[in-house]
Amino acid sequence: MSWRRLWAMMLKEFIQLSRDRLTFAMMVGIPIMQLLMFGYAINTDPKHLTTVLVVYDQGSLTRSLVQALQNSGYFQVVNNDANAQVATDMLAQGEAQFVLTIPANFERDLIRGNYPSLLLEADAADPAATGNAIASLQQLAESALRHDLTGALSYLAPPANSFELRIHRLYNPEGITQYNIVPGLMGVILTMTMIMMTALGITREVEQGTMENLLATPIKPLEVMIGKIAPYILIGYVQVAVILLMARILFNVPFVGSLSLLLFSVMVFIFANLTIGITISSTVRNQTQAMQMSFFFLLPSILLSGFMFPFRGMPRWAQIIGEMLPNTHFLRLVRGIMLKGNGWHEAWPHLLPLSIFIFVVMLIGIKKFRRTLD
Amino acid sequence: MSSSSEYAIEVANLTKRFGDKVVVDQLSMQVRKGEIYGFLGPNGSGKTTSIRMMCGLLTPDGGMGQTLGLDIFSQAAQIKREVGYMTQRFGLYSDLTIRENLDFVARVYAMNQRKQRVNTALERLGLVARQKQLAGSLSGGWKQRLALAAALLHQPQLLLLDEPTAGVDPQARRDFWEQIHQLAADGITILVSTHYMDEAERCHRLSYIAYGRLLATGTPQELIEQSGLHTWTVSGAAMAELSKQLVALAAVDMHTQFGNTLHISGKDPLALAQALQPFQIANPSYQWSESQPTLEDVFIYLMQQATDNFQPAGKT
Ligand SMILES: Nc1ncnc2c1ncn2[C@@H]1O[C@H](COP(=O)(O)OP(=O)(O)OP(=O)(O)O)[C@@H](O)[C@H]1O
Ligand SMILES: [Mg+2]
Repeated sequence: MSWRRLWAMMLKEFIQLSRDRLTFAMMVGIPIMQLLMFGYAINTDPKHLTTVLVVYDQGSLTRSLVQALQNSGYFQVVNNDANAQVATDMLAQGEAQFVLTIPANFERDLIRGNYPSLLLEADAADPAATGNAIASLQQLAESALRHDLTGALSYLAPPANSFELRIHRLYNPEGITQYNIVPGLMGVILTMTMIMMTALGITREVEQGTMENLLATPIKPLEVMIGKIAPYILIGYVQVAVILLMARILFNVPFVGSLSLLLFSVMVFIFANLTIGITISSTVRNQTQAMQMSFFFLLPSILLSGFMFPFRGMPRWAQIIGEMLPNTHFLRLVRGIMLKGNGWHEAWPHLLPLSIFIFVVMLIGIKKFRRTLD
Repeated sequence: MSSSSEYAIEVANLTKRFGDKVVVDQLSMQVRKGEIYGFLGPNGSGKTTSIRMMCGLLTPDGGMGQTLGLDIFSQAAQIKREVGYMTQRFGLYSDLTIRENLDFVARVYAMNQRKQRVNTALERLGLVARQKQLAGSLSGGWKQRLALAAALLHQPQLLLLDEPTAGVDPQARRDFWEQIHQLAADGITILVSTHYMDEAERCHRLSYIAYGRLLATGTPQELIEQSGLHTWTVSGAAMAELSKQLVALAAVDMHTQFGNTLHISGKDPLALAQALQPFQIANPSYQWSESQPTLEDVFIYLMQQATDNFQPAGKT
């Protein structure tokens, strides 16, 4: 290994990068665009869902119930006196997410102890859109009615629990989606750019015929490889800086952990991705294939890593695949450090699998990386 | 292989397979120091593959060889330091400037006085004024000159040029060959592959390969004599009909049509002359003359022989 040759390679790579304005812009533009998209557009706990009421009983209990519904924030009543047919149509056409039917004599039956039923019909085609709202309704109805069922009617109020259940929502008490998404995006963006850039960069040299020229000089394949990927490590850190700054300024995402631990984890994660990029570049024949392979790897990294969907909600086989992806471990690291303030003690169980991953893939990648043109 | 002082390249029974296809088959060749050695053969005959093995880029599957006295199996890294290789495709970076390309090469070879060497190379190229131009924007002839300058930057003793003049205009080719002869005069050994006959004739010695096998070696004149071919030249206007009849003759082993001139060649001079006589009498308006075969005649003849010889073998 010669530093002079390595430096020659890196210098060349930087000059080329600076000429390729579009690629350069994309590498900074992609994190910004994705942050804005995921940060502002996506909400996994939707509120103000359109609700239609079909009321057959205009009593004071009904009024309290509706009031409580509105106050919860989940329901927004758009029509408080529809007939059954109109309500069904609105549900079918997607104009209403919920239809709540209050039956005739609801108040009278309740007072007589006949246990009347309330019917909530939900457009549950997208379970994520309705889940939290439905869950809130049961509790909401009980507490709303308990308020009215006092004095002589108090025996009708639902019995108080014999114990109290306290819920502490740790690390993200308000359930703000961005707190989860923004740190997660760091993993996705790094996966995307690091793998794609190395895979494309090395494949381009082969495809354009410059690799043959390179290999005919004293420069060693390992020097070519390291020289080519070193600039991308720097770019990876630029991306991380952009994401962290925007997370703080735009979304007020807390950062309670250690910055140096995070930067170290980023380094390990970048290496993991670069080894994949090299392995891809040594198996494909052209840049199109390199692109396809990169996406082939990117997709599970987004879907099975716990970035988009809760990791524990996945079946066993998907979790096993997920455990093998660097992004899964990196997400746990970043979220742990940023939101929970995790230190080395909590971090190493995730740094270890990343290191094993690097070791294994590096063995494959370097073995396959063409030393000569055989 | 003791006479490493006499030869710049010396390979014996060099073999290379890709999959189950034998691309270079038992190639033996010697290039003397200081000579310009031509390497000819049809497309896909294995020229590039052979050159790559000689400069340590590809590991042969069989045989042995030395380049500049260094073993091509075990001393590839040293060979790369000593040899200048100009690839068939333009191998420099089209998104770097002329100067940056040369500078990169100089750095990779860890040269001293890098700046000065690059400046000298630029001056010799006559590209000082355009040193900031991107290499990709150069014309074919200039790209080739730049690539040669890059291959020469570390002052190699041996130059391997793989079709250096493909797609280059005649004037630029002429200039290029002037330079090659100058380099040879300075003591540099040059192995050059080409498809051009006029370039073949400018080499001191040649090899012709087809299907990865060496078919002939020698000086241009030796190749013509070795071929044992005898050629008649017939020229005149509107000779399509006559051509058809002549080509069908049993004594004609090979023919080449050049516009209004037809070269007909055969192994047996007597049979050829006898077979042509009736036509000569019947067509006095045409010019008939017995001549030496050209290099092109010889190569096409060799190629035809090779096709006949290798086709059955290729199926096994
Ligand atoms: N890396 C490779 N993998 C598989 N086949 C190859 C490889 N390189 C070359 N070949 C095949 O080997 C044969 C010889 O190729 P080579 O490039 O040496 O021929 P060439 O004489 O240089 O031809 P040309 O005059 O077209 O440059 C061709 O059939 C080619 O397809
Ligand atoms: Mg070739």
